[in-house]
Formats: sequence, C-alpha cells, structure tokens
Amino acid sequence: MNAAKGIASRAHPLWLAYVLHRLSGIALAVFLPFHFWVLAMAVTAPARLDAFLAMTGAGVVKLAEFGLVFLLAVHMFGGLRLMALEWLPWRPSQKTLAAGVAAASFLIAALFLLKAV
Amino acid sequence: MTSKFLKVTIERGADAKNAQQVFDVPAHESQTVLDVVSWVQQFADPTLSYRFACRVGMCGSCAMMVNGVPRWTCRTHISKVLDGNSVTIGPLRNLPIIKDLVVDMDPFFDKWVAAEGMHHGGLTRDDPVALVDETSAARIEANAGIECINCSVCHAACDTVAGNPEYLGPAALQRAWTLLNDARDEGREAVLDAVSGKGGCHNCHSMGSCTAYCPSGLDPMSAIAGLKRETTKSFLERVR
Repeated sequence: MNAAKGIASRAHPLWLAYVLHRLSGIALAVFLPFHFWVLAMAVTAPARLDAFLAMTGAGVVKLAEFGLVFLLAVHMFGGLRLMALEWLPWRPSQKTLAAGVAAASFLIAALFLLKAV
Repeated sequence: MTSKFLKVTIERGADAKNAQQVFDVPAHESQTVLDVVSWVQQFADPTLSYRFACRVGMCGSCAMMVNGVPRWTCRTHISKVLDGNSVTIGPLRNLPIIKDLVVDMDPFFDKWVAAEGMHHGGLTRDDPVALVDETSAARIEANAGIECINCSVCHAACDTVAGNPEYLGPAALQRAWTLLNDARDEGREAVLDAVSGKGGCHNCHSMGSCTAYCPSGLDPMSAIAGLKRETTKSFLERVR
C-alpha cells in the first residue's frame, strides 16, 4: 500500500524511465551468468547444448526471448537517453524523449515477437 | 467540492507516519493547503506547529508533503490535490523534523555552503561595475536558475538525497551551476572542486523529480547535467 503510494507520488515520465532502466539492468545482470553457462556448454557438453537449443522452438521460450530482447532494447535506449540527457545541453524535450524511448523499445521488442511467432 | 468538510490527516511528531491526526476542516472556495493547516492551528489544535511567511510563493518557507508530494502549500489549491474528500499533509522529506510540520532546514543550507554557493568576487569598490551581457549563452544558463526561492521542495523530492545524506542535492548544485555561468563570479575552480567531490553532481541519477516538482518551474536536473559536463571537461583538461 505504502509502496504503491510512493510510486504514485513519483510517477512522472523521467522517474519511470529511470526505474525502467534500473530494473532492466538488474534483470540483465541476473540473466548474464545463465547466458554464459549455456554458451559454455558448447565446449563442455555439446549434446546438452543441442538439447537446449531444440527447446528454443517452443512458444514459451520464444516468449522469454521476447522478454529478453525487450529488456536489452529498453536498457540500451535507456542508456542512450541518459547520455543524451546529460551530455547534450538540451531542455524541455526531455520528457518527450523519455516517452519516445519507451515507445521505440516496445516497438523493437514487438517486431521481434511478431517475427518469432 | 463534494462535501462541506475536508478530511485532513496531519502527520505529527518526530515519527510522523506513526502519529497521524485527522481533522474535519470546513471547505471554502479558493482554499490553499496552507489555509487548511492554518485553520487546524487556529480552530482545532493550537499546538500544531508549521512554518510560513509570505503566503505568495516568494519566501520558500511553507513547503510540506501533500499526499506524498512535496509542494509549496501557500500556492497549492486544496481542490487540486484532494483525494476524494481527503488529504494527508506531512513534514518535508529528507530533512530532520523539529516538530509537526516544521523541519530543520540547516542541512539544506549547509549544502549550499558546501557547494560553494556564495559569490566569489574579484573586484573592489574602486573598480568599475562589471557589465553583464544579458544575451550571452552563459548568462541565459545562469538566469534559468537564479529564481530559486530555497523552499527545499526539490531536496524533498529527490530519491538520491534520501539514499545518500552526503549528496548536495538539486538546489545547492543548481546554485553552483548559476555561479559557474556568472561572468562576475571568479570561483570557478572552487565551485568545480566542491561539486565533483563525494557528495557532488555525479551522484545524480537524473530521476528528474526536482524538475518535475519545482514550484518555480526551474530545471535543477539540467543544471546538474551541466555540472557533470563541466567537471568532466575540467578533469580531462587537468589530465592532459
């Protein structure tokens, strides 16, 4: 309840863009060790890797991949947004940009999903 | 307005969240949050402490948390912030509470000093008055930040201040940015050193709450971004 109130009282585009950047960064950091673990199988256990890759055709895995690409896109554009915000001296267009970032990320992720299914 | 009475919750005491008191306050046309607090103090509980002075948005002394958002209460109409028929008013965030709605502003102003937020003059009374070119890019930058009324709304809005008590905060850093762009100020090195330290501008995560909630419509976040650029430039120049 208090957390919801805390978010509601802050929910302006720049703060939401910040939170999205943070959360996507944390999620990607959690994902990376698993990613390397799977890649390492190419050397340590090729048969297991093949079995895993066969799984990636399943819809649920594709959905997870969509999530992953979404996180990557959101995080990349979030970083570009931050660099643009802090290194290019511009002013009121910032909020528009934050909204544009979210829209572009979603578009890319959605395109990927459409291509996958 | 839906009813003739407003349900006003006021957070009191050092542990504000745990000491809430509810008052029924008569509703009026064009009533400000400060009017509501004043009614409570004058007609319901004279022991309620709060702070105000000018009532016209100039002095910066009446800021409080209104439904979790920092606001200047004298220029905030209660009708714009009511949640149904109720409102919760508390002391400003990120500053020590003295009593009820009164916070200790000392840490806030100490940070202005720590950010070298004072004029660094180089001329004497015998020198001619320094001419300021109002159209120069630097002056336009400086002018954008000098209308700060020191109300501490940005300081209360900032989650970085909440998480790092050493962080100088949006107001002090914006002040430093105006000085850096003031042709008459000769404290460039001192200001850059002050704002690039442990609690300096690089702590800012550009969450933008300072800019979103500044009642004077200023943009401390962009001022801090300016400091980030200038301190980095100056660092690279020193390395070279």
